[in-house]
Amino acid sequence: MTTTTVDSHTADDAHEDHGPPKGIRRWLFSTNHKDIGTMYLIFSLTMFFIGGAMAMYIRAELAIPGLQFRHPEFFNSMTTMHALIMVFGAVMPAFVGLANWMIPLQIGAPDMALPRMNNWSFWILPVAFGILLSTLFMPGGAPAGGWTMYPPLILQTGDAFPFLIFAVHLMGLSSIMGAINVVVTIINMRAPDMTLLKMPMFTWTWLITAYLLIAVMPVLAGAVTMLLTDQFFGTSFFLAAGGGDPVMFQHIFWFFGHPEVYIMILPAFGVVSEIIPTFSRKKLFGHDSMVYAASSIAFLSFIVWAHHMFTVGMPLTGQLFFMFATMLIAVPTGVKVFNWVATMWRGAMTFETPMLFSLAFVFLFTIGGFSGLMLAIAPADVQYHDTYFVVAHFHYVLVPGSVFAIMAGAYYWLPKWTGYYYNETLGKIHFWMSTIFVNVTFFPQHFLGLAGMPRRIPDYSVQFADFNFISSIGAFGFGLSQLIFVLVLLTAKKGVEADDRVWEGAHGLEWTVPSPAPWHTFTTPPKNRIAAEAFE
Amino acid sequence: MSESQKNPHRGLIFGLLAIVGGSFGFGYALVPLYEVFCEITGFGGRTNPEAVVVQEAPDLTREIRIEFMTTVNSYAPFEFVADRDSMTVNPGKMYFATFTATNMTDDGKIAQAVPSVAPMSAAEHFVKIECFCFNNQEFAGNEEKAMPLQFIVDPDLPEYVDTITLQYTFFDTERVASNN
Repeated sequence: MTTTTVDSHTADDAHEDHGPPKGIRRWLFSTNHKDIGTMYLIFSLTMFFIGGAMAMYIRAELAIPGLQFRHPEFFNSMTTMHALIMVFGAVMPAFVGLANWMIPLQIGAPDMALPRMNNWSFWILPVAFGILLSTLFMPGGAPAGGWTMYPPLILQTGDAFPFLIFAVHLMGLSSIMGAINVVVTIINMRAPDMTLLKMPMFTWTWLITAYLLIAVMPVLAGAVTMLLTDQFFGTSFFLAAGGGDPVMFQHIFWFFGHPEVYIMILPAFGVVSEIIPTFSRKKLFGHDSMVYAASSIAFLSFIVWAHHMFTVGMPLTGQLFFMFATMLIAVPTGVKVFNWVATMWRGAMTFETPMLFSLAFVFLFTIGGFSGLMLAIAPADVQYHDTYFVVAHFHYVLVPGSVFAIMAGAYYWLPKWTGYYYNETLGKIHFWMSTIFVNVTFFPQHFLGLAGMPRRIPDYSVQFADFNFISSIGAFGFGLSQLIFVLVLLTAKKGVEADDRVWEGAHGLEWTVPSPAPWHTFTTPPKNRIAAEAFE
Repeated sequence: MSESQKNPHRGLIFGLLAIVGGSFGFGYALVPLYEVFCEITGFGGRTNPEAVVVQEAPDLTREIRIEFMTTVNSYAPFEFVADRDSMTVNPGKMYFATFTATNMTDDGKIAQAVPSVAPMSAAEHFVKIECFCFNNQEFAGNEEKAMPLQFIVDPDLPEYVDTITLQYTFFDTERVASNN
């Protein structure tokens, strides 16, 4: 700063000295990317346990044939709410939290580009989920038509319907604001010598993810707005009686929905692309091809949506197009998987908790990818559609996929956040319990689906009993294992003090700041440090 | 200078907001695009009978909207329509509805309509007195047939239900997986 501008900057400079405000004001009015990141992560963990509790109800109901607990519509509410909470409340905010914490540190920026909007995009979320959760206590019950909100069924939701729509609007608003913030931060605030292709993979995948969010969240907002006007304002977008078509909703929804699933997996790719090189002590194999692969996946995600709806009755050419376009995604995804494996090849590998979660991610996400390829085959999908095979597929890509990557990222960066190493033994127990039980939970669901058990039913024929029982045991085990993670967090500051680098093989600007990362970092842009941080 | 220092990100933000606006508009643009797409491809097999909405003045205080949906299974060579798309009824009164199906082939066919009522909580309160779905329906080649439905909505229907959707899917019982 030049001396002539000292006066106008006095307030800002003083601000840096006195540190965060005390008490609730620090969080309520926060514009600090680290504090907001922390709030996102805590919010996400809370939602993970609320959505998880619903999953426990679902598995308890399905443990044995017959109706165990409340009426079937409550069961459907639970599946619907579980999905909405896990997708919009747990996985997405977790990645936004990681982005808030790590992107400015990775690119050498002092904060996010739009700190006050950052505050808004976080604080909208508790409001949105407060509204969504309040529907559990409304006449007619919580939404029970599935998280995809297909009309006409969803229009028969009770009083909860407008609250559901408003909550989805708010979640979308939060995501869009967060995404704009990420894009502006990455494009405008990188360290001077950090060119786009020198950016770390986590930052890269988030840049692509943010563009996806900006492109598709408004489409979802449009779709649910049409539902709202169909219900209350006399339009007939989806009402057959008025000349509309419910199937059109499916097209619009999945035009959002398929990019949405990549919104939930691309940052996961980014996280494991940071972790595997660190613990293999090797440079990420094919950094640039990783970037192109992620970009290709993002592009392809816009032209495959109808593979979610092969059974609606589509012209043959349409089925062929969506089938082949979907299978094409396996190519860039394969590039990524092979690159991760090649990164580990002849590396000096160690197996700390973040690495274990990342390895499980690569292996188990690939299983989910393969079942995805099976589902992409249009004629076979007619058999698999809306069965537990689909449930097994998307849980494999979302739980040992996205959630494991979030866990891996949390363990990886936790010492940077707290200044102490977490308890490695607890971390390893958490990992092994999670990995064993996630497979016990979801692997038998493949068999259930192939045998014809439909999704979203509270009761089933007795021939499905054994695999369901195994699956429920696994689910309870997985649910309990996650409490170990809470224990890890509670004891996070009781371990050994971490140095700046934290992990021996870690590279990148985030490892050049002290541990714990001070409230303000990179107030002056780091110069000529990018090359030094690159692997030899 | 001070303006640009205040908002160094302004240009990019407006660009991104334009994408947001464009995407929102695109969602709505899909509606006419979908119509065009359907007209060209015949997607969805819509025959679109004119919607006839009943506007009777009921004596009882409660009105329930009954929506009829008909689906023809993709292998069934039939045209199958509800004569009315929807009707407003009073609980406790008996009503009639008619569905018409046409065999589009020259051969005799045996068909079965499978009903489904939504929401689930209304299912037990939608009482069919007489229904063509109770039996197999026999069709001669190219035969057109009007089929009756006679029903009562039970007054015990839960308060929050104001719309009941009755959906029929029409199946060809002897269908084989032919490329039709």
